[in-house]
Amino acid sequence: MRHLISPQDLSVKELEDLIVLAKDIIANPENYSEKCKGKKLATLFYEPSTRTRLSFEAAMLNLGGSVLGFSSADSSSAAKGESVADTIRVISAYADICAMRHPKEGAPLVASMHSSIPVINAGDGGHNHPTQTLTDLLTISQLKGRLDHLTIGCCGDLKFGRTVHSLINAMSRYEGVKFVLISPEELKIPTYLRTETLDENGIEYKEVRNLEEVMPELDVLYMTRVQRERFFNEEDYIRLKDSFILDNSKMKLGKPDMLVMHPLPRVNEISTEVDNDPRAVYFKQAEYGVYIRMALILTLLEDAKKSKEA
Amino acid sequence: MLNISGLTEGYVLDHIKAGECMDIYTYLGLDKLETEVALIKNVKSRKMGIKDIIKIDGAYDLNFNMLGCLDPNITIDVIRDGKIVEKKKPDLPEYVEGIIKCKNPRCITTIEQELVHRFKLTNKEKGTYRCVYCEQSFKKH
Repeated sequence: MRHLISPQDLSVKELEDLIVLAKDIIANPENYSEKCKGKKLATLFYEPSTRTRLSFEAAMLNLGGSVLGFSSADSSSAAKGESVADTIRVISAYADICAMRHPKEGAPLVASMHSSIPVINAGDGGHNHPTQTLTDLLTISQLKGRLDHLTIGCCGDLKFGRTVHSLINAMSRYEGVKFVLISPEELKIPTYLRTETLDENGIEYKEVRNLEEVMPELDVLYMTRVQRERFFNEEDYIRLKDSFILDNSKMKLGKPDMLVMHPLPRVNEISTEVDNDPRAVYFKQAEYGVYIRMALILTLLEDAKKSKEA
Repeated sequence: MLNISGLTEGYVLDHIKAGECMDIYTYLGLDKLETEVALIKNVKSRKMGIKDIIKIDGAYDLNFNMLGCLDPNITIDVIRDGKIVEKKKPDLPEYVEGIIKCKNPRCITTIEQELVHRFKLTNKEKGTYRCVYCEQSFKKH
């Protein structure tokens, strides 16, 4: 039975199939409104994440299915000390598929090892968040028309930002993709990502400290938040934070068809004045998150059905 | 020079990185043995400058797989009747289970005590092992 634990679990072909299905859902939503009638999605959220949980729930409801679950560890049997393995064995009897968010890295993998229903990792600590990556890929594919031969700028906290790490890993598999990594020295991408993904696969990239100078090159600008607490001192934070805030003056330097993306929630790294720019697609991106989750739920349920029949 | 008597039956773990023989001793569980074990630190070595050596008396069934993930440069001399009958280099197994522990405080293994710690070899040249759950690389210290 297939699960989705890491973005790397999917081959380029499988990713393509999901994106094609999601695009068909976008074009013909009425064809899918009863596809999951009688099916149940369990949302097992051991830590709060309203956005991701609601996106999963909206996806299942759009497919005509129903949802059940919990939204914090306090309201689950984990508070009584139940293991992830035992919880998933029980949930397997209640639902047909589950989405799990857990503060501990690897928890969804443990669940998948004991589950008789497909498990989707909805975020495990700072580790993986594959459906965010799928959302990002669908957004780029839908709005740029391709996933290859693109220059992707990643800006902000590239050290701790797992969405950026996953995006780099996923996009590295497409031909002609270049990365421009824009961050303060303190928040550069981790060494392992530079050596094991970029250098090892001969991917073209450069690391810069200033957003303005590279704006004209970018096809996609993926923004993340530079958090105050990541800096050793307040002085450095104040000195650097404005360099990584996107506003209309910086937008003027970008290509007319550039996309500005953000995993959300946004705090102040994108000025609200940018929201009306047609190139700002971060709210559209959140909407695509529902469609790709619908495609994923359908695909995994279909696979589970085949596994049971076999 | 310190004189440690020769072995008739047992193992000599040679070419241990200087300063790490205690780690190897602990990971191998040699503290549980009732036979003689000698830990020799900072031995002069032409190849390594200085190195550590462990001598284990008796035919103890060593887990060579474990040694591979701890220090792939170690040499294992098998001693029978006072002679070296075999020199082994530990392999790097694809998976290591229940021996080394993940030290990432954010890993699920920190709260689910019954989970078997499992590592996968992700870079053969560098001997890098990563936890299968959180993907953190294994570091002895």
